[in-house]
Amino acid sequence: MDTYKEIIPLILPGLTITLKVLVASVALAISVAFVAGLARLSRFALVRKITAVYVELFRGTSLLVQLFWIFFALPAFGIQFSPFLASVVALGLNYGAYGSEVVRSAILAIPNGQTEASIALNMTRWQRMRLVILPQALRIMLPGFGNNAIELLKGTSLVSLITLTDLTYKGLIIQNNNLSYTFPVFVVLLLFYFIIALPLIFGVRKLEKNASRGVAKA
Amino acid sequence: MSLGLMEKQLNNQQVADQEQALVKYENVKKQFGDNEVLKGLNLAIQPGEKVALIGPSGSGKTTIIRMLMTLEKPTSGVITIGGEPLWHKKVGEKLVPADEKHLRRLRTDIGMVFQHFNLFPHMTILRNVTEAPIHVLGLSKEEATERAVDMLNKVGLGDKLDAYPEQLSGGQKQRVAIARAVVMRPKVMLFDEVTSALDPELVGEVLQVIKDLAEETDMAMILVTHEMDFARDVADRVVFLHNGQIEEQGKPSEILENPKSERLQSFLSRFLA
Repeated sequence: MDTYKEIIPLILPGLTITLKVLVASVALAISVAFVAGLARLSRFALVRKITAVYVELFRGTSLLVQLFWIFFALPAFGIQFSPFLASVVALGLNYGAYGSEVVRSAILAIPNGQTEASIALNMTRWQRMRLVILPQALRIMLPGFGNNAIELLKGTSLVSLITLTDLTYKGLIIQNNNLSYTFPVFVVLLLFYFIIALPLIFGVRKLEKNASRGVAKA
Repeated sequence: MSLGLMEKQLNNQQVADQEQALVKYENVKKQFGDNEVLKGLNLAIQPGEKVALIGPSGSGKTTIIRMLMTLEKPTSGVITIGGEPLWHKKVGEKLVPADEKHLRRLRTDIGMVFQHFNLFPHMTILRNVTEAPIHVLGLSKEEATERAVDMLNKVGLGDKLDAYPEQLSGGQKQRVAIARAVVMRPKVMLFDEVTSALDPELVGEVLQVIKDLAEETDMAMILVTHEMDFARDVADRVVFLHNGQIEEQGKPSEILENPKSERLQSFLSRFLA
């Protein structure tokens, strides 16, 4: 027990960093997901193509390599990010690409009759999306977004590799300094990640329940 | 058909005609892939006129009203509403394909009720009916609510304002859908087989609402229907379509009781059982 009492305060600052990275990159990922998801359904072919390239590029390459690119390779082009910003940008763009597929497929899942009814009521394109399609699509998106958020949380452990002192980084330092702590350190890490994930799991479940009202086919 | 040809047709048309007819189809063709659904339709609808479209499935009747609602684009030909081409815009003397702005302006005059209701499931009944008046017509919330409640009372659903569509029966949903279209006060209302998706015992209540509406408003109506008694009661004119063409049309009594063509006779005989 004493070992754990010693380890936990040392790891806690890392927890704060992990939470900060998580919150910031979830916010970025959701924004990117909506912009890219809508852009993939644009009526302009060029917009659709450019977005498709972005999505496939970020889904098709490793998150770790993307992190390294943004942190180590971009400075060669004169673009320099702090470790925190590089982490948020890489995680946000990567999970935003996955999220855009969630947004796109949820919008496509809304029956065409809904669009036709809103055309018949003479709504503008944007009104159709904002008043009719998106509110219904959001409910379909929730489980997908929840899964992505949990995946993103786990992905944050990679930011230790670009010198950000997150939960994993702190743990590795303690374990390096005292190899006999190896077991307790990894127990604590496991528990901390799970504790962060729990509210995400339950939060999404609750949101889904609240939003299920009136989803049935009209 | 080239746009030049369409232009000629439009110019050849008699001016008096243009002023009279609310809706006019001129040599309108519609093709889905290799399948020609409409083969040069000519049809004019006068303001306030109630027209029933009957015919076997695949005869093109639903396509006719879907093109007017701008849900389907004609392959060729011109549809006019209030004398203005719907799918085309006049730029000088030329007709060019209409843009969204043009379509939105002309759509103001057109409303539609669908076979499968297409109510908005995430909104209460009241909001289903007030949403477009507020956001499209720019009415205040109070005005829109007043108009909506008034109309929902008329269709007998004044006690369901806060319910969600999933809590209603099919007949009730369709009555909400009718109210939702009517509060926009279009000049022509389109009804696309509005009782086909309903259980038989719910058909009557919906037809009654439409009959009442037909009697008390001066909206024109185009009704695609398989209910022959209803067509007789409501319509000023019945149009029988076969294979993408008008086979026979006239007063309901003539068409339904003294059909001339063999096809109409055999079509009607199926409803006499």
